[in-house]
Amino acid sequence: MEATIHMIILSMLLAVAIAIVRIKDLFAVVMLAGIYGLLSATFFVLMDAMDVAFTEAAVGAGISTLLMLTALSMTGRYASTGSSYKPLLALGLVVFTGAMLIFGTTDLPSIGDPQSPVNTHVGYDYLATTPEDIDIPNVVAAVLASYRGFDTFGEVVVIFTAGIGVLALLMRTPLNTSAVASMRDHVVLRVVAKMLIPLILLFGLYVQFHGEYGPGGGFQAGVIFASAFFLYAMLFGLGAARKVINMTLVRLLSALGVLIYGSVGLVSMLNGHNFLDYNALAANPIDGQHYGIILVELGVGITVASVMIIIFFTFSSRSQNEGDSD
Amino acid sequence: MNISGLFNYWVVMVLMMIGFYIVIAQPNLIKKLVGLTLFQTSVFIMYISAGKVTGGTAPILSDSFSLYSNPLPHVLILTAIVVGIATTAVGLSLVVRIKESYGTVEENEIHNRDKS
Repeated sequence: MEATIHMIILSMLLAVAIAIVRIKDLFAVVMLAGIYGLLSATFFVLMDAMDVAFTEAAVGAGISTLLMLTALSMTGRYASTGSSYKPLLALGLVVFTGAMLIFGTTDLPSIGDPQSPVNTHVGYDYLATTPEDIDIPNVVAAVLASYRGFDTFGEVVVIFTAGIGVLALLMRTPLNTSAVASMRDHVVLRVVAKMLIPLILLFGLYVQFHGEYGPGGGFQAGVIFASAFFLYAMLFGLGAARKVINMTLVRLLSALGVLIYGSVGLVSMLNGHNFLDYNALAANPIDGQHYGIILVELGVGITVASVMIIIFFTFSSRSQNEGDSD
Repeated sequence: MNISGLFNYWVVMVLMMIGFYIVIAQPNLIKKLVGLTLFQTSVFIMYISAGKVTGGTAPILSDSFSLYSNPLPHVLILTAIVVGIATTAVGLSLVVRIKESYGTVEENEIHNRDKS
């Protein structure tokens, strides 16, 4: 039964991917990519990866679609039909590479095998040692924030750098945004959004601070929290949203998150332990782990949310300025 | 060789190659980025499939379960998704700048303009 559901979702993914190749209307392509994200999120739920499904649903189906649509509004909706490339050559290369990869999979252990190398070494150890070392139920949060805190620190820095990159490429001094909201006259959307925005913010906070006990954490909470601001900006216009959000403050916040994360590491060093060794943060090592994880996840959440807000607002104010200059 | 045990991997490889094909054969830069996203998501599916344990449940410890799926791939992919959208945003802003400088996002037209 389970295998049948897997096959159905995987074949839907295939159908969507093939449609993306064939369609020239980029609006449809971006929408299909959103569906692709939602389908893969469903698949992650079936594979027991709740935290991942959460993130993919918010990012793949939500934020990524939104960013692509904003970019489309600046670059044009249709791809050219005439291609100067040799599609047969590309197809040949792709088929050959694919055949090699599939040939390579025949040596892999089958999916679901508890004895496969992936599932026996360090992954298994994390499951076994989390109750004594860290004592929180969500092992994913424990591995993310504590056991592999270094990796996560690096990733937060990458996200921060990407935010700076987008700013560097697209930032302009904001023109006086006499922005007229495109959807202001949709009464139903406006009323529903007004009711939804507080709930989205609340849910973001819940995901942030309940991340140790259930699926959730800074990455998911950051994207969910940011999406409430996107919704506001889409319905009430950029001008109104700029009054709510102080962009200088958001830029400072994006750095503050990285700073909180790094400082937790430095404090544990000052207490005579290794960088990001949370045992040093309190007299009782397990309490120290709890403090460390909460602080680090907070830093992640702040940086992710503010970088997402920066990216969205930089893109959409660019497209609006473009509309003004035309 | 176990067919049902490897089916996910094969679909992943096909999805990955579809993304790869879009990247190398489509001249439109936005579509290339969508292709890159397809490629990326297929890698996510591969990692998550590798961490699945038959009969296991989500790795959130509870007294009522004893068998859990592997949490490590979940951690790696969870962060990769958010890093992925951040880097895609950088790619999109490059595309927007290219459009402003060249007036087009079709790769062959950009090449022609560079030559002339």
